[in-house]
Amino acid sequence: METLEPILAQHPFLEGMERRHLELLVGCASNVRFDAGKFLFREGEEANHFYFVRHGRVVLEIFSPQRGPIEIETLTEGDVLGWSWLVPPYYWRFDARAVEMTRAIALDGKCLRNKCETDKDLGYELLKRFVNIVDRRLQATRLQLMDLYGD
Amino acid sequence: MIDKAPDPIVPRPFRIQRVRRETEDTFTVELVPVDGAGGTSFVPGQFNMLYLFGVGEIPVSISGDPNEGSKLVHTTRAVGTVTKAMQRLKRGSFLGVRGPYGTGWPVEEVAGSDVVLVAGGMGLAPLRPALFRLISRRERYGRIVLLYGTRSPADILFQKDLEHWRARFDLEVYVTVDRAMSSWRGNVGVVTGLIPKAPFDPSQTTALVCGPEVMMRFAVQELVRRGLNPSDIYVSMERNMKCAVGFCGHCQFGPHFVCKDGPVFRYDGVKELMWVREV
Repeated sequence: METLEPILAQHPFLEGMERRHLELLVGCASNVRFDAGKFLFREGEEANHFYFVRHGRVVLEIFSPQRGPIEIETLTEGDVLGWSWLVPPYYWRFDARAVEMTRAIALDGKCLRNKCETDKDLGYELLKRFVNIVDRRLQATRLQLMDLYGD
Repeated sequence: MIDKAPDPIVPRPFRIQRVRRETEDTFTVELVPVDGAGGTSFVPGQFNMLYLFGVGEIPVSISGDPNEGSKLVHTTRAVGTVTKAMQRLKRGSFLGVRGPYGTGWPVEEVAGSDVVLVAGGMGLAPLRPALFRLISRRERYGRIVLLYGTRSPADILFQKDLEHWRARFDLEVYVTVDRAMSSWRGNVGVVTGLIPKAPFDPSQTTALVCGPEVMMRFAVQELVRRGLNPSDIYVSMERNMKCAVGFCGHCQFGPHFVCKDGPVFRYDGVKELMWVREV
């Protein structure tokens, strides 16, 4: 039976990951598809997944009663979406909406949390990789906050 | 009688042929020389000193097509006394022009390689002539990629050009904004975030970077992380220019004068200075 392992192994986020760890991830992975306009998740919902975007475009939004949905960031092919599944109490802090038809691999966060508790090496490997993403997004957010182009 | 070279400190009168509003606070002026004697050629990346008589003089980069020799085109934001007054000028008004001054983008020298232009905010204006020149000699270059970031969809400059460039099969154009409402169909995020996925071969790419200095520092870091050699990266610096010919020292940048040694510098030549706070 074909598994998602070859696809996961090619994703830049998992580059160089040991085979045994990849196999653990595959056990928590599934193919998903979202039509344009569909929400992958909404703020306040339980965060039980994260996604490797394979095709399409997803926008992160936050809803303001005065201004409506405000777009924060766009994610496209090759991006990793979501780390709230790693941070208690595991709730999404934003909405994620498919701007166009989007295909992704969803990783079950509950399943992975359990595996990480059992296999600390896997947990450390994943955390190191997520910290890189968090670092890039934090830098980007700081630049956005500086309103550089307004000077 | 011996012809004297024009005095670099004396402005030449130009007439405004057209004023175009780009965004709420940004405008473009098209200028033609009053004496009709030419003098409008320039190298992409250079700037002119524009003098609004009785108000003041400011440096403004040239944003027009270098292949179109009959007029000067300048785009600027109305932020100070001179630019705010300039924004109110109409067709037929006069401006004094000195220039062009400074160094340009190395568009001729980089033939054969991929070229990536990274523009932030108003930084698209000085890069626009470079892109016109690259397009006019398209066959000489590999991939040409424009990465443009600005504050919001309403702040996007040169919208018609961007649409036109996007429609071409031989250009890759990516636009991103820092913030947007859900009606915006494009990308949201900082311009540096476009660099990791942009389609160019880092081993044979030259990058031309222009925008706020903080943005340029982060853009350069991303380009280097992507694999570009610092000697293949060019930045356009901005300092307080007054005389524009290296006399007054207002625009001193370490051992350089931005007005005559710049504004375009090869990154490895100014790398250390870009991290010195006092410079």
